[in-house]
Amino acid sequence: MARGAQSLGRIRAPGLALALAIAGFLGAAVWAVAAKAAGRPGHLSAADWSALRFTILQAALSAALSVGLAIPVARALARRRFAGRGVLITLLGAPFILPVIVAVLGLIAVFGRSGLLNELLALAHLPQVSIYGLAGVVLGHLFLNLPLGIRLILQGWQAIPSERVRLAVELEGSRWRLLEWPMLQSVLPGALLAVFLICLTSFTVALTLGGGPKATTLELAIYQAVRFDFDLAKAAQLALLQLALGAAFSAVAYRSGAALGMGSGLDRRGISVAPTGRLPALADSLWIMLAAAFLLLPLAMVVADGIGGLADLPSGIGMAALRSVAVALAAAALSVALALALALGGGPLATLAGSLPLATSALVVGTGVFLMLHGLTNPTRAALPVTAALNALVGLPFVFRGISSAVEEIEANYGRLAASLGLFGRARLRLLILPRLRRPLGFAAGLAAAMSVGDLGVILLFSGGDQETLPLMMYRLMGAYRMDAAAGVALVLVMVSLALFWLFDRGGRTNADA
Amino acid sequence: MRKTHLSHVAGLCLIASGAMAETPVLTIYTYDSFTSEWGPGPAVEAAFEETCGCDLKFVAVGDGAALLSRLLLEGAGTEADIVLGLDTTLTEKARASGLFAPHSDLAPLDLPVEWTDPAFVPFDWGWFAFVADVDTTAPADFEALAASDLKIVIQDPRSSTPGLGLVMWVKAAYGDRAGEIWAALADNIVTVTPGWSEAYGLFLEGEADAVLSYTTSPAYHLIAEGDASKVAWPFAEGHYMQVEVAGKIAGTDQPDLADAFLAFMLTEGFQSVIPTTNWMYPAVTPEGGLPEGYEQMITPGQSLLLASDEAQAVREAAVEEWRAALSR
Repeated sequence: MARGAQSLGRIRAPGLALALAIAGFLGAAVWAVAAKAAGRPGHLSAADWSALRFTILQAALSAALSVGLAIPVARALARRRFAGRGVLITLLGAPFILPVIVAVLGLIAVFGRSGLLNELLALAHLPQVSIYGLAGVVLGHLFLNLPLGIRLILQGWQAIPSERVRLAVELEGSRWRLLEWPMLQSVLPGALLAVFLICLTSFTVALTLGGGPKATTLELAIYQAVRFDFDLAKAAQLALLQLALGAAFSAVAYRSGAALGMGSGLDRRGISVAPTGRLPALADSLWIMLAAAFLLLPLAMVVADGIGGLADLPSGIGMAALRSVAVALAAAALSVALALALALGGGPLATLAGSLPLATSALVVGTGVFLMLHGLTNPTRAALPVTAALNALVGLPFVFRGISSAVEEIEANYGRLAASLGLFGRARLRLLILPRLRRPLGFAAGLAAAMSVGDLGVILLFSGGDQETLPLMMYRLMGAYRMDAAAGVALVLVMVSLALFWLFDRGGRTNADA
Repeated sequence: MRKTHLSHVAGLCLIASGAMAETPVLTIYTYDSFTSEWGPGPAVEAAFEETCGCDLKFVAVGDGAALLSRLLLEGAGTEADIVLGLDTTLTEKARASGLFAPHSDLAPLDLPVEWTDPAFVPFDWGWFAFVADVDTTAPADFEALAASDLKIVIQDPRSSTPGLGLVMWVKAAYGDRAGEIWAALADNIVTVTPGWSEAYGLFLEGEADAVLSYTTSPAYHLIAEGDASKVAWPFAEGHYMQVEVAGKIAGTDQPDLADAFLAFMLTEGFQSVIPTTNWMYPAVTPEGGLPEGYEQMITPGQSLLLASDEAQAVREAAVEEWRAALSR
């Protein structure tokens, strides 16, 4: 019923049309692949069913762990103030935006057979650990997605008005019961869904850390169908299966997500009142240190590896970086515009459209777009614009997730007031929503830009080779034995992508706490 | 006078633009690492353009499997005149598409096997092998490897051509016993990666004692890095081969130019750059022989290679055998 109360005077129309357009676009791409198929798809084999089971199992475990562990870390970060906190929060977000293969190599440098952990264990005469298998897949996904979980939940904490915290403290009420649990109830389903959907289409992590064909995901079966068997009917069939799974889980998440109505404050955020006492302080420090060690050590290994490679950087590195940044900026702008329109509209269809791109095989959508473009132009010549557009779509779910809860909250808290004041349409957007959305918008734009810088999947499908981006350059160097130079490019890539994220995120935070 | 002068200039412009329009473009689809600045592409392009009076344009498309997939997606409407970089596990699928034309007579080839394919022309080749540090004790064959504690990284045959090559290797060497060999190898396999790069990267990080690659991989480390610490393990069963080929698209609008390129492909200008850019054996040994360092590479006693139709016929069952054995 709370949803009904929020709907007064909301800007719905463009959001609805857009949600339909996004769903329609994804459908058309899969259809284009199916239409090109020579025959009808056969029955799924025993191997496909076991891939389906493993896909769901690892995605569920990865989502539960990534979000479950993100709660105490985000809580600690929300209520403690220390030197370097802002930088730490930015750095903790880094693994999420790494190209997957870079993340995997960093992770292996720490947890692998000859990684730091096993070297320490050997020094202590303890048995060695192997990360390959289901545990490795989940660990890999945890490394990549814990940062997302932390950021999404941290936003929830920061959205609790400081007046409310003070009030709860004064009333000696349970802060957890009155404020934190209701906030988590509204944030967790979305965060769980996002991580689950990302892991649903996992390919490189599942395969590289999985240890063998027991750890096979649906995405590999799709890859095989497109690349080796050229069985497009099967590829489309499996992509639809992924989509159906994604839609079903989106629906569950939407139903269980409670709307938040914290009540409004003076828009002062982040002035948290930390609980006093030594035990909570110790626990908070421990969580922050554990998360930092887990997320930053592999990152440090990537940096350490890359420094040696900086001397071998190929001559095209500058142009490649410029191309990557241009694509990222375009993708971020488009992604934010789409997500804002969807979030303003709200409702189940918007949530679905804001989640589906995650549950869609990038390979199948890319192939579909290739087929649709092929009749009109040479897709290779449009490689960079197409990459930007598809990256915008890939980033959309995160951007949407990042700003939709903030929009819902603004509407819940100020919607009725705005309606009674006759504040509708553009004026409502300009005066009420955008000023309160700066922080999540900055974060979301930074995320979209950074993710796009790391994209390899889309550019590989469309590139003709002369429009090299940073990830493509890294991939080619690796393919030509030049692992040192590739590590150097990876370092440049990490720095560019973090810088973009930091700039946007910073821009969103400046003056937003006034 | 002035008028005449201007008309002369205009005339010259017309001639020039006519000449520009007539410069024929030969479009070659190939895999990514072929065209990179450290790959064979730039040298090959310069050498061919010196004599062809044409503009050679490479379009780089992922890896070998992505290359075929792209071509099949485009079908007869493809802009490609030549596709360069398929291997013999892919050629049967490519042939079945009907998109390729037969090649003309070939120069004599330096391949360890007889070459009779009517459509595809080999440009380089290599033997698959496990590559390891020189200090690691080398097993003599797959059975010795399976009995040892040695750890290896391999590629998935469902997403990688070297991975598929390994499955074919075990199948060609052991036939009906292939499943048994894979089951015995299961505890030696650290992990299975989606492609060659990930596997080789893991090996260099020290994650495994050996990685599936090529007998010529140590040549890269030796020649480009001056590092003699990598060797390939010679296996008694013999080594499976990868032969990389190019083919002419039947519907090309530049048939003569395409034939000229395929002929050029087997000459010095192309073949001499292959050993130190693609790190494979050239299909025709250059006049000056192979670069220094190649003489240190192992030479397998026996070369294994299934004919392309045979490879296509056994592929599905062999991959399923691999999957079943490693899923237990």
